[in-house]
Amino acid sequence: MGKIIVMTSGKGGVGKTTSSAAFATGFALRGYKTVVIDFDVGLRNLDLVMGCERRVVFDFINIINGEARLNQALIKDKRVDNLYILPTSQTRDKDALTKEGVEKVLEELRQEFDYVICDSPAGIERGALMALYFADEAIIVTNPEVSSVRDSDRILGMLAARSRRAELNEEPVKEHLLLTRYDPARVERGEMLNVTDVLEILAIPLLGVIPESQAVLRASNIGMPVTLDDKSTAGQAYRDAIARFLGEQIEHRFVKPERRGFFNRLLRRTA
Amino acid sequence: MRIFDFFRAAKPQASSAAQAKERLQIVMAHERVSRTAPDFLPVLQKELLAVIAKYVDLATNKVEVKLDRGNECSTLEVNIELPSPKIEPMRARIAV
Ligand SMILES: Nc1ncnc2c1ncn2[C@@H]1O[C@H](COP(=O)(O)OP(=O)(O)OP(=O)(O)O)[C@@H](O)[C@H]1O
Ligand SMILES: [Mg+2]
Repeated sequence: MGKIIVMTSGKGGVGKTTSSAAFATGFALRGYKTVVIDFDVGLRNLDLVMGCERRVVFDFINIINGEARLNQALIKDKRVDNLYILPTSQTRDKDALTKEGVEKVLEELRQEFDYVICDSPAGIERGALMALYFADEAIIVTNPEVSSVRDSDRILGMLAARSRRAELNEEPVKEHLLLTRYDPARVERGEMLNVTDVLEILAIPLLGVIPESQAVLRASNIGMPVTLDDKSTAGQAYRDAIARFLGEQIEHRFVKPERRGFFNRLLRRTA
Repeated sequence: MRIFDFFRAAKPQASSAAQAKERLQIVMAHERVSRTAPDFLPVLQKELLAVIAKYVDLATNKVEVKLDRGNECSTLEVNIELPSPKIEPMRARIAV
């Protein structure tokens, strides 16, 4: 039986879709059969980030409504074995996500896949609730910034009170903090919350720190999950975080400002 | 005056990140409490004000309501300044 993981944040634009694509790709590269689902009904974007936007025929809502079969809607990634994408609908609204419908699809997927990653929409409304409701584990994507940290805390409250595990009094959803868009230089200047502060406030285990990196935009421009850019700091940080998720002990990198010499700076212009 | 300003300026300001942390800790302590306990405090506050309004004119009198939430105990502080100069300001302090 596969694990259901939700990538969630409350606040919008913090890096959930980027992280969903990166984690799904990372799991698949490690040999785990993985599917990543777009829960952002009406604002489909995962397909673009994964580079499969021109191959979408059927979507998540078609499956829920019984208009297509699961294997007609699943898109197999062309670069990485074991990696599948389930895009969402662009035309319907979040009410199309019924609890029964979502449950049916997730149960079917977890029979076949090792990891089912749910890319949550922003907010704390229906779409976000449906994305987290069936989760076994949650990755809380947070930026080192006041409103993101506060919204993450609200999502933690929802996981503790309104997830299926909470309602059935089962073992709670396992929580992980993924701190993204971290800028060590600004942290050092006292302009940005540091990782220790965020950990102290949110009090959940740290899965990884993803630095602010130009490689993320470049990767999304060409529809490539940033995990595949193993020269970039962000790509490496995601690989580390994935390894930690799988139980490996890996030290946190990219939390201190890079001290680059002149030649280094010339040779490695990009972060 | 000037000289005080000078000393105030010389005192190092907390970094903006440190201020962010402090503000978050305060606001989130409140929000977490209100998430777990059934939250009757805002209602209590409203009903108290309604009762007070029966006796004094809230519009012309100074009424200050302060809700302080803590982990162990919360305090609802109501300060009412009554119109008559003979009466001392009445203070009600209710620990919840
Ligand atoms: N580590 C990073 N460094 C630089 N830019 C980043 C990083 N992570 C994400 N971004 C950028 O932030 C923007 C938002 O990212 P993304 O779409 O993944 O967020 P989201 O949480 O899914 O947003 P939404 O709430 O709208 O679904 C994108 O432009 C992305 O390129
Ligand atoms: Mg998104």
